Amino acid sequence: MRPTMALLRKDLLLERRAPESIPAMVLFAITTFVLFHFGLGRDEVDGSLAAGVLLVTILFAAILGINRLFVSEQEEGGFDGVLMAPIDRTALFLAKAAALFLFLTLVELVAVPAFAILLLGPSPWHALPALVLTLALVNIALAAVGALVSALAIRTRSRDLIVPIVTLPLLVPALIAAARSCAPLLAEHGDAWPAAKWLLMLGLYDLVFGLLAYAVFDFLLED
Amino acid sequence: MADAPAIELSGVGRRYGERWALRDATVTVPAGATLVIFGPNGAGKSTLLRVLATLLRPHAGSASVLGEELPRREWAVRGRVGLLAHDALLYRDLSARENLRFHARLHKLGEERVEALLEATRLLPRADDPVRTLSRGLLQRVAVCRAVLHDPPLLLLDEPRANLDPAAAALIEPLIGRESGRTRVITSHDPAGGLAEADIALGLRDGRQALLGATGEIDTAAVEALYR
Repeated sequence: MRPTMALLRKDLLLERRAPESIPAMVLFAITTFVLFHFGLGRDEVDGSLAAGVLLVTILFAAILGINRLFVSEQEEGGFDGVLMAPIDRTALFLAKAAALFLFLTLVELVAVPAFAILLLGPSPWHALPALVLTLALVNIALAAVGALVSALAIRTRSRDLIVPIVTLPLLVPALIAAARSCAPLLAEHGDAWPAAKWLLMLGLYDLVFGLLAYAVFDFLLED
Repeated sequence: MADAPAIELSGVGRRYGERWALRDATVTVPAGATLVIFGPNGAGKSTLLRVLATLLRPHAGSASVLGEELPRREWAVRGRVGLLAHDALLYRDLSARENLRFHARLHKLGEERVEALLEATRLLPRADDPVRTLSRGLLQRVAVCRAVLHDPPLLLLDEPRANLDPAAAALIEPLIGRESGRTRVITSHDPAGGLAEADIALGLRDGRQALLGATGEIDTAAVEALYR
């Protein structure tokens, strides 16, 4: 775990020193909520529409973060030094996925309250624990798939194109499960807890894609 | 029994797409010896260094570094090679100390090694400044510290004294010079200076091996001919 912690600490330090990903993701999310507000022509949304708006916005904001995930390694030139170190390269996957998870969590700490103020009709307080759990599971999915795709894309010339084209289809099952989980939580007089099967499906997605990414990540870094 | 060679290359080639950047490189470097590679820009020098550093896989021939066959056992080479490349391989927004501590953690080293190197290269006064604010010469000194941090038996040095004034070059000499006792592979554009440092000289041109011999067998005119 020591190399993973060293890599994660470095990524967090770089983001703190020169904030790029998190401010961009927050601004993008809030701007998107404003656009939805005008685009839908509604002051308030609830239920499945609210779940869709919230999750698609988070998903698109995550694409920005995924695009930037390995850029510091290449732009800063430190990647070769990391690749030459006597460490298991899956440590790099774990560190990048953990960094993306933390970035997303920080973004949601701002974006979800902004969504509640700008667009959401019903109060989400009654379902907050379930919402937090669902978003945490979504973040794990985004982090696992994002770290994998980002490592794949960084070695290509068209990184900006490959990230959304590969990431979005891979995340469709997670988005479906997350939307079905969130919809009753964000409905007027909605439930405090979603149907267990959707949370289970999200958890299963996280497990399968987490293990898959862990298994193939090393090969992606091969020359 | 004599030590096994530090580097054994036989017909090593590497291509980018369809273009061969390096072909038929064949050379043996004994442990502790210095190989100097000459050649004009685009001759394949950096490609050869990156193959030896396990950052590129050879596409032809056989290669052995520190007794380990590449690429099959490249994992066993990692951590035993120090690379000083054109890029400093540093994170620009981190300070010299932060960069070196980060690499020290990856190599399971203590922070005292970092402090010793910062002191040896007289970087302590600027150790906490982001490396993007350092001059090229200071940046090169940090890059040298990173390359030798883990005390590697093999050093790969791409024009190591570029951007350094004589005093700074003297400062890093104990770390990367002959007296460091390491096997060294150095690229150079300076025929006289390079030959003075070499035990073996290798000349590359258009990715092909155009010159190979022990230092006494090669004169500066032969090296200069590579650049015409």
